[in-house]
Amino acid sequence: MLTIKNLHAEVEGKEILKGIDLEIPRGEVHAIMGPNGSGKSSLASVLAGRENYTVTQGEVIFDGKDLLEMSPEDRAREGVFLAFQYPVEIPGVSNLHFLKTALNEIRAYKGLPALEAKEFLKLTKEKQQLVDFNANLMNRSLNEGFSGGEKKRNEIFQLAMLDPKLGILDETDSGLDIDALRIVANGVNKLRSADKSFLVITHYQRLLDYIVPDFVHVLYDGRIVKTGPKELALELEEKGYDWLKETVVHENV
Amino acid sequence: MTDITIPFYQYILEGGNGLTPKDDALYSLREDALVRFRSLGLPDLKSEAWRNTNIQRILKEQPFTLRQQAAPVSAAQVAPAFIQGLSCYKAVLVNGHLQPELSQLPDVKGFTITKLSEASKNEAFKSHFDKHPHLADQPFAALNTALFADGLFIELKANTVLDKPLHIVHVYTVSQHAFLQPRHLWVAHTSASATIIESALGLHENAVAFVNSVSEIFLEDNAEIWHYNLQDMSPDSRHIYQTAASQQTYSRYHHYNFTLPHATLVRNNLSVALNGSYTETDLHGLYLATGNQHVDNHTFVDHLQPHCNSNELYKGVLLDNANGVFTGRIHVHQDAQKTNAFQQNNNLLLSEKADINSQPQLEIYADDVKCSHGFTVGQFSEESLFYLRARGIGEEAAKTLLVNAFAFDITDKVHIPALQHHLTEQIRRYVSGVSINN
Repeated sequence: MLTIKNLHAEVEGKEILKGIDLEIPRGEVHAIMGPNGSGKSSLASVLAGRENYTVTQGEVIFDGKDLLEMSPEDRAREGVFLAFQYPVEIPGVSNLHFLKTALNEIRAYKGLPALEAKEFLKLTKEKQQLVDFNANLMNRSLNEGFSGGEKKRNEIFQLAMLDPKLGILDETDSGLDIDALRIVANGVNKLRSADKSFLVITHYQRLLDYIVPDFVHVLYDGRIVKTGPKELALELEEKGYDWLKETVVHENV
Repeated sequence: MTDITIPFYQYILEGGNGLTPKDDALYSLREDALVRFRSLGLPDLKSEAWRNTNIQRILKEQPFTLRQQAAPVSAAQVAPAFIQGLSCYKAVLVNGHLQPELSQLPDVKGFTITKLSEASKNEAFKSHFDKHPHLADQPFAALNTALFADGLFIELKANTVLDKPLHIVHVYTVSQHAFLQPRHLWVAHTSASATIIESALGLHENAVAFVNSVSEIFLEDNAEIWHYNLQDMSPDSRHIYQTAASQQTYSRYHHYNFTLPHATLVRNNLSVALNGSYTETDLHGLYLATGNQHVDNHTFVDHLQPHCNSNELYKGVLLDNANGVFTGRIHVHQDAQKTNAFQQNNNLLLSEKADINSQPQLEIYADDVKCSHGFTVGQFSEESLFYLRARGIGEEAAKTLLVNAFAFDITDKVHIPALQHHLTEQIRRYVSGVSINN
């Protein structure tokens, strides 16, 4: 599904990603953990096509296609979905209109006709229930005045609506109370399937109690320094990240 | 009528005898106005109200003829000016002259619509024409009074309610550069109400139409007017709109001003005199300027009486090399206690070369009032744009969505769905295809 090879990227001339290799097969959930500033969110941004990042080396192949060649909208249309760490508020654009526009642009890209109003509403209702998203928020301006939890739930709701092949969750759990976290995680779990992959980026092990990953990768200073089963997350939670620093330094010596 | 070529401003200033029609019932009024215009002089960059709009340069660009007979205009030519799906009455004017055969005028008891030139014996005309106090010191209003050709007279007798909106289409067609001066007077008597939409249609090619129009609008006690002004003329147009409203007790005046591409110059002098208490005044403006457009909005709300509410929101989207000017004056007189006067001007600059000059002017002489003003200028949020694109929405569609979102505060207040749809579509059309860079 997703193959990242020796990915280097910089922002404002500063190298942030220093050679990332990662393979996420279809249907698997991979978690990326790491201390602040290790490059976790940068990796998400580069995959989604944020323009202030420059890829200097390496490649990203998504479903057989060169992802880095594509515009952000084409990546989304191909099936990459980034759940934002800080979802944007856009006053004047209703949630509903926004979703309809997005969905129909993606459908048009795939050569499908626009959804009829009735079908769209049916789909909306179904997905709202699936991820427990408050229907009253649909007619409001996009994320405007939403609580932190509502914004994150909206990201998962959008993910459900747009039905991507790869969902990247960028610290979706940060700032959420335990109830909101459960709701978001349940939403994601219901969306897990054999043909959908997830890349879950988190600072805290807590999320991985609810979204159980197939693999955990540790990102440190722009590189993946350790990969292991889900138990690795527990180890990190116990020991913190400092021991990694020593390991990396040791290895480099 | 003498046909004059430029430098007409000099001609008007220095000579110009015999310009005003002698056989006109308004002859002495016109002569007085010409004298007033000459003493006020043509504004230059040193004139406070014109320091951001070089009107002399624009007037010197071409030799203008002062009066021009309009070529015949067919129904097919006017058809594109009508708004799809809007059920309304229609009044079509060509160069300021009402064309009944192209119009569908209301046949409503208590409602009068005629050529202004045919209204001189009407009591409402006699008591209101050229009486708006704010016109006295405006040079272009004086010039209009002196030399206007014709326009519309609208009167709503007491308790008359116009059941459908009236759409006035101002068609301009000139074969040589022309300076046109339409003049309108609307009077709504006690408890009358109407919705009036104005728009313009330029049929001229290779000739410049400079339109200097004056509209006086009087709302008597408890009258209500919804007034939409759509300004979307061709690049060969320059427009000065003087709109002067006067409100008596409990009256409501809702003004919506939409300036869209492509007229080279649009200057609005919109002023409202609150002569009675408990009035409501909304001034909503949206200007979307592209190319080399210069859009200048001067508004003036004159709070003369207590317990009046005025609410002003102007939003601007400036692209390419467009220039915007906003000057919002609010004067609260000493007697106007319990005034609520709010003003806000927000701008979106979508090109490095576009600019906006915004200036609030609040003069408050009463002590028990609520007044506020605010000004913002911003660019597209890169983050918003990226968010939309990351959901599969193409760059162009995303930008259109964001401009419409910015304009939403104004378009959302349009209370006619067909008109609202029309405006949203216009915005989409003008924004898509224009390169936007921050």
